[in-house]
Amino acid sequence: MQLTGDNLTCQRGGRTVFSGLNFSLSGGEAMMVTGRNGAGKSSLLRMIAGLICISAGRLDLSGGEPDATLAGQAHYLGHQDALKPSLSVSENLRFWADFLGNSDATLEPALAAVDLAPLADLPAAYLSAGQRRRLSIARLIAAKRPLWLLDEPTSALDVQSQDRLAGLMRDHLAGGGMIMAATHGPIGLERARELKVSPE
Amino acid sequence: MSAFTSLLLRDMRIAVRVGGGALMGALFFLIVVTMMPFAIGPDLGLLARIGPAILWLGALLASLLALDRLFANDHDDGSLDLLMMGSMPLELAVAAKAIAHWLTTCLPLVVITPVLGLMLNVEMHAMGWVSLTLLAGTPALTFIGLIGAALSVTLRRGGLLLAVLVLPLTVPVLIFGVAAANAAIVGPAPFGPPFTILCALSLASFVLGPVAAAAALRHGLE
Repeated sequence: MQLTGDNLTCQRGGRTVFSGLNFSLSGGEAMMVTGRNGAGKSSLLRMIAGLICISAGRLDLSGGEPDATLAGQAHYLGHQDALKPSLSVSENLRFWADFLGNSDATLEPALAAVDLAPLADLPAAYLSAGQRRRLSIARLIAAKRPLWLLDEPTSALDVQSQDRLAGLMRDHLAGGGMIMAATHGPIGLERARELKVSPE
Repeated sequence: MSAFTSLLLRDMRIAVRVGGGALMGALFFLIVVTMMPFAIGPDLGLLARIGPAILWLGALLASLLALDRLFANDHDDGSLDLLMMGSMPLELAVAAKAIAHWLTTCLPLVVITPVLGLMLNVEMHAMGWVSLTLLAGTPALTFIGLIGAALSVTLRRGGLLLAVLVLPLTVPVLIFGVAAANAAIVGPAPFGPPFTILCALSLASFVLGPVAAAAALRHGLE
């Protein structure tokens, strides 16, 4: 499985954010997207997720499921947690597991992986920022998708949870998955390559 | 569970929980219809004659009330991004949300209509007909409103714009809905033609609404 970006250009609001970006990522590899504020790290991830259109260039995923789109094989962990305050922790996760993965998988392993199992019946409104973040990370475990697009995944997480996230990412890579993470600091992956995004 | 039913059930669950606003439409409907006799006066004959029109107008406004938050909530908390990345087409996801909205907001309006009709001196047998036309016509209101909700999703004060965008498009539904109800109650025109057109409007908007709304969402998020 391989994700390739060829001469990608992103334009937003009439301004060129980045242009001529090339990268390739194979199964089992991680890539850290780095760059200054406003360089287009988030835009690149959103572009791969199909949430903003590609101004120029090509984006290809080869070796995945033939029927599914690129966005349909990717998980996007953005700045917002996509949780409904009136639903419980397990109801929130159940919905995303069904919607994104179309699976009947049990939720316990995913909740245990982010240490939220004791809070399964608590409405999401009562979660702290870090707990909300962990619940959205649980989504990546509950629904299986090969490409993880993580935008500042460690924000709001304490040191212990950052280590746990690093473990989850290593497991995902060991299973042949791919990770692209926009980040300013280390996220605990030693062998991650670096893709530097810089404005014009 | 399939993605479609899980989205449908999730939206219905949110609507009936605290702060969900499922009964807001019904309460608004109640207050609008209650105010009418105060404005028009105690002329029972007049109230009975314009009763079906008042009920239709009240239901129309009440069904638009919660519509502006249909996509705005999902947009604000980031859920909309993930809904667009689902394995099923966005059109179907949008349709699931609209059906959930209809079941939690419009169906209660249809159910309480006979009770509200009493306040307008509409006869019991006539109430059944008004409820039937509302049952057939409110899906059209929801699915037309869906397009406005998708267009105004990124705007802070989208609710007002939504009403301005959507209300003119609902004029045919209003005309044929009230015409069918009046035909059934007082005649002399037959009930069939306006009622069939009302059903046709609902069916057409059921097909066009999700397609247009999904296109608006894709365009708006870029």
